[in-house]
Amino acid sequence: MAETLQNLVLGFSIALSPPILFYAFVGCVVGTLVGVLPGVGPLAGISLLLPATFGLDATRAIVMLAGIYYGAMYGGSTTSILMRIPGEAASVMTCIDGYAMARKGRAGAALAIAAVGSYVAGTASVVGLMLLAPPLASFALRFGPPENVALLVLGLLVLAYMSGGSMLKSLAMAALGLLLGMIGIDQMTGFFRFSYGVVELGDGIGVVPVAVGLFGLAEILATAGLPAPPQVIKPKLRDLLPTRGEWRAAAWPIGRGTVLGFLIGIVPGSAHIIASFVAYAIERRLSKRPEEFGHGAVAGVAGPESANNSATSGAFVPMLALGVPSGPIPAVMLAAMMVHGVSPGPLLIKQQPELFWGFIASMYVGNVVLLILNLPLVGLFVNLLRIPYPILYPSVLVFCVLGVYAVNGSVVDVWIMLLMGALGYVLRKLDFETAPIVLGVILAPMIEMALRQSLAMSDGRYAIFVTRPISATLLGVGLVLVLLALRPLVTRGLDWRARLALAEKGEEHP
Amino acid sequence: MLTTDRVAGGALALLALFVVWESRRLPFGSLRTPGPAFVPVALAAVLLLFGLLLVVFSGKAPALSTLAWTEGRHAIAIFAVCAFAALALERLGFRPTVALSLLFLLGVVERRDPIFTAVFSLGLAAGTFLLFDTILRVPLPRGPFGL
Repeated sequence: MAETLQNLVLGFSIALSPPILFYAFVGCVVGTLVGVLPGVGPLAGISLLLPATFGLDATRAIVMLAGIYYGAMYGGSTTSILMRIPGEAASVMTCIDGYAMARKGRAGAALAIAAVGSYVAGTASVVGLMLLAPPLASFALRFGPPENVALLVLGLLVLAYMSGGSMLKSLAMAALGLLLGMIGIDQMTGFFRFSYGVVELGDGIGVVPVAVGLFGLAEILATAGLPAPPQVIKPKLRDLLPTRGEWRAAAWPIGRGTVLGFLIGIVPGSAHIIASFVAYAIERRLSKRPEEFGHGAVAGVAGPESANNSATSGAFVPMLALGVPSGPIPAVMLAAMMVHGVSPGPLLIKQQPELFWGFIASMYVGNVVLLILNLPLVGLFVNLLRIPYPILYPSVLVFCVLGVYAVNGSVVDVWIMLLMGALGYVLRKLDFETAPIVLGVILAPMIEMALRQSLAMSDGRYAIFVTRPISATLLGVGLVLVLLALRPLVTRGLDWRARLALAEKGEEHP
Repeated sequence: MLTTDRVAGGALALLALFVVWESRRLPFGSLRTPGPAFVPVALAAVLLLFGLLLVVFSGKAPALSTLAWTEGRHAIAIFAVCAFAALALERLGFRPTVALSLLFLLGVVERRDPIFTAVFSLGLAAGTFLLFDTILRVPLPRGPFGL
């Protein structure tokens, strides 16, 4: 514990230096803008702004990108409450009661509760990250290639299980992503695979063009031709303070959402969405007046908002400690870290303590910045929503092309983005989740390398995966998830994933 | 019935078969010592299985004919502009490519006021170049005219 505190002091000495503070602030502002704008989620935002960090050293770049990430999570609640449009997917549940509060004239109070809940959850979950990541990293040093194969396969299975809707469809998307990840030079033999003479494909398909195509361009293709969004409810500054009763109603949901969100965030999957969904469902079940949910219940805003922000920090635990991204956003963060010469994993904390602890401390600072920023400047952010979408989307498109091109200075990446955009658009129409594709692309080379190393270790015996305790346990957990996903086929009922899928489509409140 | 999941499953199965076919040029190795084609073929087999399962068990998914493509024309126009940008980016340079793309999107697709369209397109092209290339030092293509 004393060592942790000592490290934290080191972290704060870095995070409170003026340049780092500046980049944390810029990241938070830009992230909030990204979160506020419908259609530009944290994933596309981080991908698009990655080139802007090329001139920075690793610590500043990562602090800024992390600021964009949790800034976007904060900002997403604004559009949910004021327009009933989720700025990013995790804010879906906030739309229900947040917008209902806004229509009752309590928009300011809803925004304040969302911001304070996000602050409490964000800060508390960083404590969890700080305490959990170092021991997990030490444990992960025992992992060899077979354990890595098992862990990565489990990651994909959990993502598919937690995505909501059909696990079969999610697994098919993960397999598609893994196949896309096979493009490029085989690391063990040097053979070019599926590159058809395009030299730029030798290094494989980058995660940035895939993510921007599937999430940024596909969103624009799907929404640009739709009718104009609804009117914005603009809150007055004097209405921002919730009443004492509203604070009381928010306190426990914030606490529960924080713990729940962090735990769900650690598990691979679309953690933010699931965390906010589960928090909403729990709050409604625990409420003495469940009939208020859907009509402006304070707990319906406080619980999900705290949970999705807490999940943001939770998602950093496996990424920083194991080097394994738990979803598409950590996958892009991982790629961004690699661009800056940082390799997350068990050795990161020991080899680059300034970066790790500086990053942790900057998250505390970032949460304070976001709390200060969000409430007084909400009017300013809301004005962004007044930009007509026919003007907004061409501008976002410019950033898509620019961001993707600038990562490698390659037009091939722009073509990949374009193909992924078309694929994402069609898959969206056909109701398929695209997040597993992104994770598959980044995990494919890791899984293949670890698999072939494992077989080299065991002289070609596949039993190595079930005779080593850690890998056998991880694969066993994966098998349990597959069986759980098959259960509704036997019981013929809707499990929680099917209900989540319905709720996301707005067909049913959970 | 032709459902959305069945169509997707069929397409995924065809893609899997294509990958298996294309892998024939690469050494497969053996189960004990996998070659460069081993994992792609194994993944293609998994994808084929998932695709076929979707075809067989997705009779209750929405019918393909129920899908609305109201935004389709918009999507095609945007896609065409992106394709133009990819073709022109290094041939014309960043600023002319972005300006022309925006002029088309705002002026032709969205039918905005011509003066606003011109000012916005040129301003955004010049502004993003200034921010990223000049200030943030992210090299952007200049094309044959130095633009």
